[in-house]
Amino acid sequence: MTQVESKYKKLHAQIDRNNPVITLRDIHKAFGALQVLKGVDLDVYKGENLVVLGRSGTGKSVLIKIIAGLLKPDRGQVSVLGQEIDKLDTRELQALRAKIGFSFQSSALYDGMSVRANLEFPLVRNKRHLGRKEIDDAVAQVLDDVGLSQAIDQTPSQLSGGQKKRIGIARTLILQPEIMLYDEPTAGLDPLTSVEINDLINEVQQRYNTSSVIITHDLTCARATGDRIVMLSEGCFLRQGTFDEVFESDDPRIRNFYNTILLINHE
Amino acid sequence: MKAFFIRIYDIYQFIARFFREVFIPPYEYKEVFNQFFEVGIRSLSIISLTGFITGLVFTQQSRSSLAEFGATSWLPSLMAIAIIRALAPLVTALIIAGKVGSNIGAEIGSMKVTEQIEAMEVSSTNPFKFLVVSRILATTCIAPVLAAYMGFIGMMGAFVNVLRNEQTSLTAFFEQAFIKISFLDVYILVLKSAVYGFTIGVAGCYNGYNADHGTVGVGRAANTSVVVSMFLIFIEEMIIVTVVNKFR
Repeated sequence: MTQVESKYKKLHAQIDRNNPVITLRDIHKAFGALQVLKGVDLDVYKGENLVVLGRSGTGKSVLIKIIAGLLKPDRGQVSVLGQEIDKLDTRELQALRAKIGFSFQSSALYDGMSVRANLEFPLVRNKRHLGRKEIDDAVAQVLDDVGLSQAIDQTPSQLSGGQKKRIGIARTLILQPEIMLYDEPTAGLDPLTSVEINDLINEVQQRYNTSSVIITHDLTCARATGDRIVMLSEGCFLRQGTFDEVFESDDPRIRNFYNTILLINHE
Repeated sequence: MKAFFIRIYDIYQFIARFFREVFIPPYEYKEVFNQFFEVGIRSLSIISLTGFITGLVFTQQSRSSLAEFGATSWLPSLMAIAIIRALAPLVTALIIAGKVGSNIGAEIGSMKVTEQIEAMEVSSTNPFKFLVVSRILATTCIAPVLAAYMGFIGMMGAFVNVLRNEQTSLTAFFEQAFIKISFLDVYILVLKSAVYGFTIGVAGCYNGYNADHGTVGVGRAANTSVVVSMFLIFIEEMIIVTVVNKFR
C-alpha cells in the first residue's frame, strides 16, 4: 500500500472502558425499500477514536447522522453522553449538540461568510455572554490549533480542499466539544494532505480530550487515527478490534475490501 | 393527487412553523437587517428604472385615448389610480419575485445540498430561524416600502410625460392626481404588497429548504420559486381586487 509517513505519532490514548459516551442499540434505518442499517449495536468510550470502516453506500454516514440527531432511526436506541436522543425536546437536543462536533465530508463551510465569520457563527449563538475580545481570542486559538491563522479573512472559495477540512474542524472545536464526528475526513485529498488531517484528528483527541467516531473507507486514515476499528458491511458490523485484528480476519468480505483498497492504492 | 395534498400540507406546516418561530427568542436581528438590505437596497435601482418607465409609457399610451374626448386633463388622476391601485404593487412584486425570490431559492437550495444547513443544526443553531424567518420577514416588510417607492417614481414618470405635453407644475400635477386616491388605496397598496412579499419569501424559502438532487435541485428550486410566486401573486391580486371592490 502506498503510504506517506505521519510526522505525528499517535500516542496511547487514555480510554475509559467503563464510560461509554455513545451507545447504539439495535439501530435499524431504511430509505424506502433500501434497508441501510440492520440492527447495529455500538459503544464508543470516553477518550476513544473509533473508526467505522466500509465501502461507500454501506450506511456509515447515516450512522453518524443518527448519532448527531440529524436522522431518526426506524428502530433502536441512541444514547449520547447519557441522554437518549429521541426523548429530548428541541432545546435539549440543541444543548447536547453543542457538545458534539461534526466535521462534514464536504466541509460544509458557509459560502457567504469569511473564515472568521464561519468560526464565530456557532460561538456567538451558543455563548451569548462572550465579549468581542473573548470571541476574537477563541477564533485565533482554534485557527492556531489547526495551523491556519493566516486564513482568517479569506473566504471558503479561496481555500484548498485540505484547508477547508481544517477550517471545518476548527469550527467544531470552537465550542470545545466532548465528542467529534468525522465524516470521510480524508475523502478527495491527496496523500500528503490526508496525513496532515490524520495528524490533526489525533492532535484534537489529545489536546481537547475528545472521543471520536471517524467514518472512512481510507485504510491509512483508519490505521493512523483509530484506537478501535469496526467494519460495516451490508448494514451490519462484521468485525471489530485494532486495525490488525480486523484485517487478520478470514471473512471473504473483509479480505475482499482490504485487497481491493490495496490494489487501488498500488495502482 | 395524493402527492399534491401531501405537498399542500407540507407547505402549511412550513408556514405554521414560521409563525411559531418568529415570536420565540433568540432573534436573529443581524441577519434580518442583512436581508432588509439585500431585498431593499439591492432592488432599488431596478425598481426605480422600471417604475419610471412604467409611469412614462403608460401615460403616453393613455394620452391618445383621452385626447379623443379632450380629456387629457384627467391623465394625472388616471395614472394615480392605475399606478397606486394596480401597477406599483403588482410590478414591484413581480420584480422582487424574479430578483429576490430566485436568489433565495438558489441560496438556500445550495446550502441544503452542500450540507450547510445540517452544519448549522449540529452547531446548535436553528437554521430555520436564521435562514427562513429572516428572509420571509425581509420580503414581507420591504415589499410595501418598495411598492410605495415605485408608486412615487411611477408618478414622476407620468409627470415628466405630462410636463412635456402640457403646461403644468409638480404641485398641480400631484393635486390633480390625488383627487381620486383615498387612504384606503394606500392601505390596500401596503397590505397587498405585504401579502405578495410574504408569498415570495415563503415560495423561495420552501423550495430552497426542500431542494435535493444536487445542483439540478438548486436550479429547480430557484426556478420553481419564481414561477410559483408569480402564479400566486396573480391569484392573490384577483382575490384582493374582488374583495376590495365590494367594500369600496
